[in-house]
Amino acid sequence: MSTHEIEQIQTELTTPGKLIGGKSQAQKNNPFYDPTLKRRHISAKLFKSFSILSIICSIGFLFFFLGDMVAKGIPAFKQTYLQIEVDYSRVKETSYRKALDKKYRRVVSRAWMRMLPLQIEEDPSLKDKKLKLWALADDQVDQYLKGHFYKLKNKDKQLIDEMNAAGNIELRFNTLFFTHGDSKIPENSGILSAIVGSILTLIVTMLFAFPIGVMTAAYLEEFAVDNKWTRLIEVNINNLAAIPSILFGLLGLAVFINLLGMPRSSPLVGGLTLALMTLPIIIVSSRAALRSVPDSIRQAGFGLGLTKIQVVQDHVLPLAFPGILTGSIIGLAQAMGETAPLIIIGMIAFIPDTPSSVFEAATVMPAQIFTWAGMPERAYIERTAAGIMVLLSVLLSLNAIAVYLRKKYEVKW
Amino acid sequence: MKAFETKNRHHELKEDSIKLVLIVASTISILTTFGILFSILFEAIEFFQLRSFWYFINGTEWSPGVDGSKFGAVPIFAGTFMITLIAMLVAVPIGLGSAIFMSEYASFGLRDTLKPLLEVLAGIPTVVYGFFAAITVAPFIVSVFESIGVTASFNSALACGVVMGIMIIPIIASLSDDVLRAVPDSQRKASLALGMTKSETIKSVVIPSAMPGIISAAILGISKALGETMIVVMAAGLRPNLSFNPLEDMTTVTVRIVDALVGDHAFDSPDTLSAFALGLVLFVVTLLLNVISLSLIRKFKEKYEINTL
Repeated sequence: MSTHEIEQIQTELTTPGKLIGGKSQAQKNNPFYDPTLKRRHISAKLFKSFSILSIICSIGFLFFFLGDMVAKGIPAFKQTYLQIEVDYSRVKETSYRKALDKKYRRVVSRAWMRMLPLQIEEDPSLKDKKLKLWALADDQVDQYLKGHFYKLKNKDKQLIDEMNAAGNIELRFNTLFFTHGDSKIPENSGILSAIVGSILTLIVTMLFAFPIGVMTAAYLEEFAVDNKWTRLIEVNINNLAAIPSILFGLLGLAVFINLLGMPRSSPLVGGLTLALMTLPIIIVSSRAALRSVPDSIRQAGFGLGLTKIQVVQDHVLPLAFPGILTGSIIGLAQAMGETAPLIIIGMIAFIPDTPSSVFEAATVMPAQIFTWAGMPERAYIERTAAGIMVLLSVLLSLNAIAVYLRKKYEVKW
Repeated sequence: MKAFETKNRHHELKEDSIKLVLIVASTISILTTFGILFSILFEAIEFFQLRSFWYFINGTEWSPGVDGSKFGAVPIFAGTFMITLIAMLVAVPIGLGSAIFMSEYASFGLRDTLKPLLEVLAGIPTVVYGFFAAITVAPFIVSVFESIGVTASFNSALACGVVMGIMIIPIIASLSDDVLRAVPDSQRKASLALGMTKSETIKSVVIPSAMPGIISAAILGISKALGETMIVVMAAGLRPNLSFNPLEDMTTVTVRIVDALVGDHAFDSPDTLSAFALGLVLFVVTLLLNVISLSLIRKFKEKYEINTL
């Protein structure tokens, strides 16, 4: 048959019959003709587009959300500085405001002015000088220049416009954000104390969760007999993984702070609470890692006369170590983002100085984000978003390290 | 002979002591569960000695802090239920649709790129979602409804519910994806051989077979939504409000727990202890939901003799 004839038959076979009148050629010749086929195909296409739409929605949310955070947070990395003249001879111990011209006193940051007497203490030769310095601007000036809602008097606004035209205003990279702790003055606040608090808390968490988790996994995988106690432990671990995080905070409050009298808001209590939350993740991933070590290794060890402890300690655990490490890093990343239990045990206090031990009051990065999000000043919004960017980059890099380690050390038995 | 025997005994002692250490480590998980249960139960019982249990479950007025303080938790439960419902209405269609796409229609390469992206969505801390809800989503909803003449609160349940739904999408999507892929391929092939289109196969064969697993995923999502704290603390209201309007501000169980414990009350007052009573309700409900979810998954695994889930 020629191609043309085949096409003719194909069109005949698929042309639907007329509504009124007899059957079409297609219906007479083809016993398999199904009049609902067209509708079914349309319904199939609709269904497929629904599923494609859903996945586009999910991924779209992710990118929209990340883009929104970056757009809100990027302005925080640039800070406004004004070039003004400072007269050090008029700086006294407690009154430093006279060192600046009257018109500048409202637009320069109070935190910067506070540092003037300290500068003279460090370098007494400054005492009689008049210098032109770059001063940190007040947060309202900063918000005005960035185009957000601001509260400036008209006089100050005019002054800033004049200074801008004269080239006395600069936007510099905001190193303060990484070297200062929290502050009641928005332009002076930074994330350093939160980062140090997070590090201390997570050290405590890992110190407790890692050994206990790996030991539990080793016991359940290698030594446990399948009786009701073992099943009870396994059921408990599954339940722990699903308990809402706020209830761990209640446990921390009732047991660690009230019963055992540990210092409130300290990284010690926070770390212990987070350790209990991270245990199930470490246990489950360590068990999977131990299970993936083939039995031939253990049998070879026994065949050579090693005891069970020696086999587990010297052969099985080192081979399972990459998987255990990956699981622990993922658990660490999850613990880093937890806020609710730490709020309950009090880690949302105002912490301007970096904590130096695990017994002092501290705050963690997500709690700092929570506190800043509740502050009324507009300048804190961009700092919250910037803090979120820092937190998300740390989490993403931790997860990327875990995936990289898993791929690099994956051994196919 | 004697040297050999003592060495044996020394070894045995060491083995047994290490084994004891491992057993002690394993019991910490049991201690934690019972610790949570008893610490909450203990304080909740103290609360119920001061205030009636039946009024707590049935009463519609929650007014702490005044002298004749009443603690009827129904408005709080209603707020939690409303926000969870909105979250499920967002998460289940999108999550299930994404799972269907990833397991049935997507190629291997596409699936390998999409799964990590969903993991990223799952790994975002909830305080970040809360900030997003309070600063971006809530004002957007207010402006959208104002343009059609309806006033919405800045702490609307709709904003919280939508963002909570976004947070739950990865859970439902990834669990449903695993369940859908676990349905044996023979079922699909048989249906296609009988002349059904691919979408009809999915709708009438694959999804009904995977239904216990999908319901289990949804129940897990509900359990996570009930226990979620940061999104609602940052974006929902503090006022217990019994209403069917999602544009009004409502409060949830977790918000009241945080509020009761962070405020300046004496530790023994009913205001602070009410947190533990609410915590007890939350614990029992989430535990029940998780048990149901696990049993459904087990039934599904038994039905198709799957070992890979």
